[in-house]
Amino acid sequence: MSGMQKTSVLRSIDRPTLIACGFILVILAAGTLYMLITQGTATFIEPTYLLQQLKIAAFLGIVAAGMMMVILLGHIDLSVPWTLAASAMLATAVGGPWAIPIGLAVGLVVGLFNGVGVAYLRVPSMIFTLGVNAVLRGLMVMLTGGFAPQSSATPIMKWFAAGQLIYLPVGDGFGLSNSVLVWALISAGIVFMLTRTSMGRYIYATGNREAATYLSGINTKFVLIFGFVMCSLCASLAGLLVAGYTSKAFQAMGDTYLLPAIAAVVVGGTNILGGQGKYTGTVVGTILIVLLQSLLSVMQMPEAGRQIIYGLVIIAMLLVYGRSNAMRT
Amino acid sequence: MKDLRLRLSQSVGMWVALLLFSALYILYSSLHPKGWTVDVLVQNSNESFALILVSMAQTVPVLTGGIDLSVGAMMTLTNCVASNVVSGSAIQIVEGLLLTLMVGALAGFINGCIVVYGRIQPIIVTLATGAVYLGIALFLRPTPGGKIDDDLTWVTTNAMSEMDTTYGWFPNGAPGWFAHGIGRLPVPMLLLLAIILIVWLPFKNTVTGRGCYAVGSSEGAAYMSGLNVGRSKLAAYTLGGLFAGLGGLYLSIQTGSGNADIPQAGGYTLQSIAAVVIGGTSLFGGTGGAFGSLVGAMVLRAISFCFRVFDADSPMGFLANPLLQPIFEGIILLLAVSIGAARVFRVKNRLSLFT
Amino acid sequence: MTDQQGHLLALKGVSKRYGGVRALSGVDFACRNGSIHAVLGENGAGKSTLIKIISGVVQPDEGTITLDGKQVTIPTPQAANDAGIVCIFQELSLMPDLSVADNISITTPPRRFGMINRKAQRARAEELLARVGCDDINPLTLVKNLPLSRRQMVEIAKALGRNPKLLILDEATSALTSADVHKVYAILHGLRDQGLSLLYISHRMHEIEELADTCSVFRNGQHIDTFSKGDRNDEQIVQMMIGRELQNVYPPKPIRNAPPPATLEVRKIGWDTKLSDISFTVGKGEVIGLGGLDGQGQRELLLALFGVLRGVSGNIVLAGKTEHVNSPAQAKSPAVGMALIPEDRKTEGLMLPMGVGDNISMAALSSMTRGLVVDRAIESKKIAEMVAKLKIKFGQLSDPVATLSGGNQQKVVIAKWLLTGARVILLNDPTRGIDVGTKQEIYQLLRDLADAGTSIVLYSTDYDELIGCCDRVLIMYSGRIVRELDGPEITEANIIASSLNLALTGQAAAGGHA
Repeated sequence: MSGMQKTSVLRSIDRPTLIACGFILVILAAGTLYMLITQGTATFIEPTYLLQQLKIAAFLGIVAAGMMMVILLGHIDLSVPWTLAASAMLATAVGGPWAIPIGLAVGLVVGLFNGVGVAYLRVPSMIFTLGVNAVLRGLMVMLTGGFAPQSSATPIMKWFAAGQLIYLPVGDGFGLSNSVLVWALISAGIVFMLTRTSMGRYIYATGNREAATYLSGINTKFVLIFGFVMCSLCASLAGLLVAGYTSKAFQAMGDTYLLPAIAAVVVGGTNILGGQGKYTGTVVGTILIVLLQSLLSVMQMPEAGRQIIYGLVIIAMLLVYGRSNAMRT
Repeated sequence: MKDLRLRLSQSVGMWVALLLFSALYILYSSLHPKGWTVDVLVQNSNESFALILVSMAQTVPVLTGGIDLSVGAMMTLTNCVASNVVSGSAIQIVEGLLLTLMVGALAGFINGCIVVYGRIQPIIVTLATGAVYLGIALFLRPTPGGKIDDDLTWVTTNAMSEMDTTYGWFPNGAPGWFAHGIGRLPVPMLLLLAIILIVWLPFKNTVTGRGCYAVGSSEGAAYMSGLNVGRSKLAAYTLGGLFAGLGGLYLSIQTGSGNADIPQAGGYTLQSIAAVVIGGTSLFGGTGGAFGSLVGAMVLRAISFCFRVFDADSPMGFLANPLLQPIFEGIILLLAVSIGAARVFRVKNRLSLFT
Repeated sequence: MTDQQGHLLALKGVSKRYGGVRALSGVDFACRNGSIHAVLGENGAGKSTLIKIISGVVQPDEGTITLDGKQVTIPTPQAANDAGIVCIFQELSLMPDLSVADNISITTPPRRFGMINRKAQRARAEELLARVGCDDINPLTLVKNLPLSRRQMVEIAKALGRNPKLLILDEATSALTSADVHKVYAILHGLRDQGLSLLYISHRMHEIEELADTCSVFRNGQHIDTFSKGDRNDEQIVQMMIGRELQNVYPPKPIRNAPPPATLEVRKIGWDTKLSDISFTVGKGEVIGLGGLDGQGQRELLLALFGVLRGVSGNIVLAGKTEHVNSPAQAKSPAVGMALIPEDRKTEGLMLPMGVGDNISMAALSSMTRGLVVDRAIESKKIAEMVAKLKIKFGQLSDPVATLSGGNQQKVVIAKWLLTGARVILLNDPTRGIDVGTKQEIYQLLRDLADAGTSIVLYSTDYDELIGCCDRVLIMYSGRIVRELDGPEITEANIIASSLNLALTGQAAAGGHA
């Protein structure tokens, strides 16, 4: 190695991230080609179109960021769909200035509950969060009477989701949605936390080998709870943003985020068994998934095809990464 | 005698579940205005059959220490397949039935292949393949519909005596043992018995089937003992697929149509895990069995049956509120999966918590 | 069928590496029919690798294996079984959730119509259990409900049920009661007389004298010598096993006129059935050894002190203050200041995929932060100090610690704890599977730490280590401290005597120990 700089750059972009980047280029190329053939324009790589995609990616990106914390710990959170929906539904129902605090409080409570169940009761996270998801769903059915809530998002929520704090007067002029800013802020926070703080180190350590971390005198229960709280907070924040974007909350709003979020994390190179993965990968994975979705919708692929392609992409990429991981163990 | 006691003590979870079910079902039948009749029994059997099979499907991978989050998807997929092929002439129907079951087994086999040869965690594999199977189901049946042979639907969702009236088994009048015995039993109940006797028990008693328990109990020891670990896992997922296929097939027969209902698939997967746990199978693998999960699924169903029959004006009336049922089911599920937590408080060496 | 020399199995030029460590190099080894062949050697001498190769668990990097005169490869344990090679491993290969009968016939049960014939299987289990003198075990019992000593007998019955041509026993008697040991001896002699070939691995010299007719000594991954029993005396054998002069390995001990002031006082510690009424003190700068047969509660004692066990009675006093330690986090805190080098560095000591640097700073990270943020300058300085002090060898600090050799990995674990500035260091068999050079460095390090005022509690399965390193040695038996050896009393004879004498007055007396 010639210099420190080169190695540190290489460290933040590992092999899976590179593969995912390559795949993004393939999607962009395929999309452009498709548009050129069918419509004669290259809309797929126009800045306005890509910015629009980024805006959509922000919601998924925030969910994936939280999911990554839990996956790094070697766990999983399947309660994300209804955490997201419950936050949005309660926030819109309460309305006014308390909407956002209430929404986030839902995330906090759910995260604490999940964390305690996993860290103290030692119930396998997948099962426990599946149960919590069912309880949240039940709670919401009880509160709303099974109907779609009538209340709508508050103006602040709408501003956060769709407003444009930054507007670039270039060409026709295009703006960067505030949701993208929120995503960027959260990403910066998570990168800082993972790389600079002791908590970040403990998260990787716990995900690698909880026994060794515990014997190193680290309170792994706290680390686990922290991870689950982060995940649920991210999910509830995403819920608030989605509600702001569509200006209302609805029952199944979270269902479409779970699998793509896990996919984004895993496709970004985070080991599903925990302990390994770079946040850059998750961002790249999110963009990959969103572009894939958008390509499929541009091609007017029905829901059926999308499901199939998600599943296949996840398995294919895991098979590719799996080889290198298997060598290590 | 001592052997019997040993055997009983080794399946305590299942017996507790069976007692729980009996208690719940007795409560239900005595509250139900038409309780203790063949009609109610038939109706309950029909409502429980698919869940029971999906729970049995979940059991086999769980026994190996894995999990299958695609059981609901496989059920939905086979449901949609069946709605396309199970009709027409008798031969076509039989072909359709076989094709449906083969699709189920194939889906499970694919899961197993990826888990065994791809060395990817079962949870993520089945989450992903579940999406694929649901996608295929949606392709096959974008909107609910399709057709299932009417006679087939009729006879398999009623008491045995309908077999006679539909297909004319006894042209000279049914003999007493049939009319007053077997004839009064619901067909799904007998089908279930057949599946247990023809599929599950033989499987459990093969080297490969017992290997599933061995792998779940200690994969390292199983490997060291010279067991073919991969084959057992592959068989477990394949059998899971077959059971899920049977569940999907029955769902089509029961509803007379196919429906690629994604939330329903998720719900079945979720409940299957709860049923497995309630039925005494450890999520860490190695102990339990499909029969326990059958009982576990019946417990879950009995709970929701009970909710239905509570008088809305009685003190327990709030239990009958349909809006509250999802949350009750959620809480029961959560409690069921937290049962294992008792272990945590007995642990004396905290290091053993991490394994 | 055997080859010209009557050998059932022959290895030629077999080598095996794990990462940078040579576990076996160019080993020629053979064993013949109708013989009990003992394999001797220190920990890390390559015995277990040899067995793993023969039983198909790992593959040799080079060399050939000949079985029955034909060259073979043994790719899996299954293949080994098919070839008549059956192994009884130290770590039990029983499935705890399955019944005894299921375990015994796990791969080849009696079958009827393709299905397991439970009745015949049970009869077979009863017959095999009777053969090993355990007819009291009900074949329907689950293995997890049996005590460890019974499980080992089941393991032996299971092995016999496979009709082996070559039976390998790896420390197979370690958990047995003395009465069972003699049953096993009788069985093994019987098998030898039937013409089987047996490989016997044990650390207990008297067992080897009683059982073996041929011995092979291994050291540092090499086959040193093979000879018939009686051709060498014990001293010669031990000399072959260690292959060096003991005196030079250990640093000199300080000479004390009065006991040093106590840093750690342990008062009446008890836990479950494994520890009872344990009291001792560790002085400032003292190295205290824990000895005795393996599994007498030494590991549990260290874990109890470090706050890992729940429901520990009694208390500990540190520098005059009573402390209640309920977690490693508390044990690490400055008020207590303890460190534990755990038993298994791979699962309990290290995060293998993480970098060397990250591992070294893991335990002391909270002392290198400003607010919540890790101060990288301080961190890298402290890491560099440790790397220099312990002479840890690696490529880059960011390299996964998994890529280091065993010795360097153990140094990383020790470095991690030295950074916390602990005043009491507990070590659980720290030199297991480590090369001699690194061992020597660790001994020196321990003595240096002690001289600087740290108190050290060292559990070792290696008696020489206790003799060479410790100022005092506490011998444990069945969860109690039965003897304290001080200064010149620490001799191999005394350690063995106090570990075994008690074993004789205990349950073993009935068995009539030879």
